[in-house]
Amino acid sequence: MDVRIENVTMEFQNTVAVNSLSTTIRNGEMVSLLGPSGCGKSTTLMLLAGLYKPTCGNIYFGEKNVTNIDAEKREIGMVFQNYALYPHLSVLKNIMFPLRMQKVPKREAKDRAMEMARLVQIGHLVDRKPGQLSGGQQQRVAIARALVKKPNLLLLDEPLSNLDARLRLEMREEIRRIQQEVGITAIFVTHDQEEALSISDRVMLMKDGVLQQDSIPQEMYRKPINSFAAAFIGNPPINFLLARKTEQAGNYELVNSSQIIKLPGYLNQQKIQIGLRPENLFLTDKDNALLTGEVIHLETIGRDTLIRVQIEDVTIRALIDPSIPINVGDQCHLGIEQDHVHYFDTENGSNLERGNSYDGQANMEQYA
Amino acid sequence: MVRSALSRTTVYILLSLGAVLMLLPFVWMISTSLKAPNEVMAMPPVWVPTEWKFENFTEAMKVAPFDRYFINSVIVTLVSTIGELLTTILAAYAFSRLNFYGRDIVFAILLGTMMVPSEVLLIPNFVTLSNLGWVDTYSALIVPWTASVFAIFLLRQYFLGIPKELSFAAKVDGCSEFKFLWYVMAPLAKPALITVALLKVINSWNAFLWPIIVTNSQELRTLPVGLSAFTTEAGIKYELLMAASSMVIFPMLILFFIMQKYIVAGVARTGLKG
Ligand SMILES: Nc1ncnc2c1ncn2[C@@H]1O[C@H](COP(=O)(O)OP(=O)(O)OP(=O)(O)O)[C@@H](O)[C@H]1O
Ligand SMILES: [Mg+2]
Repeated sequence: MDVRIENVTMEFQNTVAVNSLSTTIRNGEMVSLLGPSGCGKSTTLMLLAGLYKPTCGNIYFGEKNVTNIDAEKREIGMVFQNYALYPHLSVLKNIMFPLRMQKVPKREAKDRAMEMARLVQIGHLVDRKPGQLSGGQQQRVAIARALVKKPNLLLLDEPLSNLDARLRLEMREEIRRIQQEVGITAIFVTHDQEEALSISDRVMLMKDGVLQQDSIPQEMYRKPINSFAAAFIGNPPINFLLARKTEQAGNYELVNSSQIIKLPGYLNQQKIQIGLRPENLFLTDKDNALLTGEVIHLETIGRDTLIRVQIEDVTIRALIDPSIPINVGDQCHLGIEQDHVHYFDTENGSNLERGNSYDGQANMEQYA
Repeated sequence: MVRSALSRTTVYILLSLGAVLMLLPFVWMISTSLKAPNEVMAMPPVWVPTEWKFENFTEAMKVAPFDRYFINSVIVTLVSTIGELLTTILAAYAFSRLNFYGRDIVFAILLGTMMVPSEVLLIPNFVTLSNLGWVDTYSALIVPWTASVFAIFLLRQYFLGIPKELSFAAKVDGCSEFKFLWYVMAPLAKPALITVALLKVINSWNAFLWPIIVTNSQELRTLPVGLSAFTTEAGIKYELLMAASSMVIFPMLILFFIMQKYIVAGVARTGLKG
């Protein structure tokens, strides 16, 4: 079942939580909804669930306009941000509840609920009440309850936020496996970019109720549509530098620094913002250097070494090969491949690279 | 340490005194119910009957058709309690969860009616009933008592404390509004519902003024009204009256013992009496 959202806006008394959102989620697709707190992710899910009715716009499930259909008739499964388990029912009864509402016979409902409970590894807890479970266990009950009725559309509002790293990874793969196995269309809200990029077929990035970028994960990373997307995706975060045009054609001078950098000639703004991802920077010699500065901090994270380099009064983060010996206080030269440099408008933050169209439609076509 | 032990002792002494004061009438009632007629009014008072006359109880039963009264009391209590529970659940849900025009004003007016003393309402209620032709029927005993603003208020507060997400979850799970109320809200509000039911049962069982006003016939009398049978032209047969009273009160005492946790909680929760 395709899910189509058309110009949906949701206004509360004084906030526009979702601002004319349009997108299509294909049958069997897993889409992540990513964005900072308060950007309208939960509200978008509530709208899809039918728990909120949009101020304007339409929602289609397949060919059917469901905009005015109530939640109980939409046949969806949902995991709420705060779980919303029924406190008076045991774990098993919680998972059985949607089935009982569908009038599935008790025996069958019980078997299916048990099976689901085992799948999310809470088979030994089914007789407890939700109040007697840890946050992570409650979360898994909520996932089981959402999945048990094999819904057409599965909505997950930060379903993994309370799990430890290992369980998180396991559950993530489990959700993905079930989703693909059953072929459910799923929308997954998360704060966690790594989660979004790894689990989903497509990522939707939102800010202040507005959809910023809607693309496949690698695309979001490689071709951020604006400086917000560039800053949001990537860890450690992207470095931003301001640069000003010099007299010499094609050359830009870093603001706050006397270093001159060569940039493609098609840019004709007087001032631009440059984005350099730490993992794209590498140590090089003086002749190939884009930036030169003093190493002021050095730490090892996982397999890489993260350094902070002071260039006049800006600080740049770079992830470098740990086998190259370098110490705090050393002068270092940082280079980058030309096509790894991102250019943004200083006014509206949009990506200035030519030859790439970033509007959602183009993305969709590319992706299709 | 010394101070707190001292103040604890004081508290216990005061509480014990209070308990004795409260228990005294009960003890007196039971003691009287076992006395011979000549000891009832004796001076100085006789606390322990010289001869325990258990036959007072069987005697008392013969004075009036108490079996009939008992059945009436049970019917009236049960039906009005169930009725009140139903109306309370529905009204509390509407006032806490549904958005309709004028909801809060209507609720404020309802709350306002709690300030009207019930005695003031006796006459208008009676007039209404007689216009309906319900005087001297079970309906008269039951229907006016199947809704209580206090109970609605109590349950509404309880419902308001139940998170909104639960209703979202229930809807997603396929519950209609009514099923959600029945399968989720009502079970969650069980403590409040038990309190409401208990207060109702007690009030209904003990009701005296209203039954005596709206019924005339023997067949419709409830136990408290039936007790007036012991008041005759020849005076009051106290020992029989007390024997009957003990029997009337007995079910309520048992209820109190079993359910005291809920009764105390119910009264404490609202800071109001029922
Ligand atoms: N019921 C409501 N009434 C009024 N404003 C609301 C309501 N629900 C959400 N909002 C507002 O709408 C905006 C979006 O909220 P939403 O819950 O969708 O954010 P979110 O992206 O899910 O954030 P988080 O990641 O913190 O869960 C916020 O500014 C919030 O204050
Ligand atoms: Mg949220």
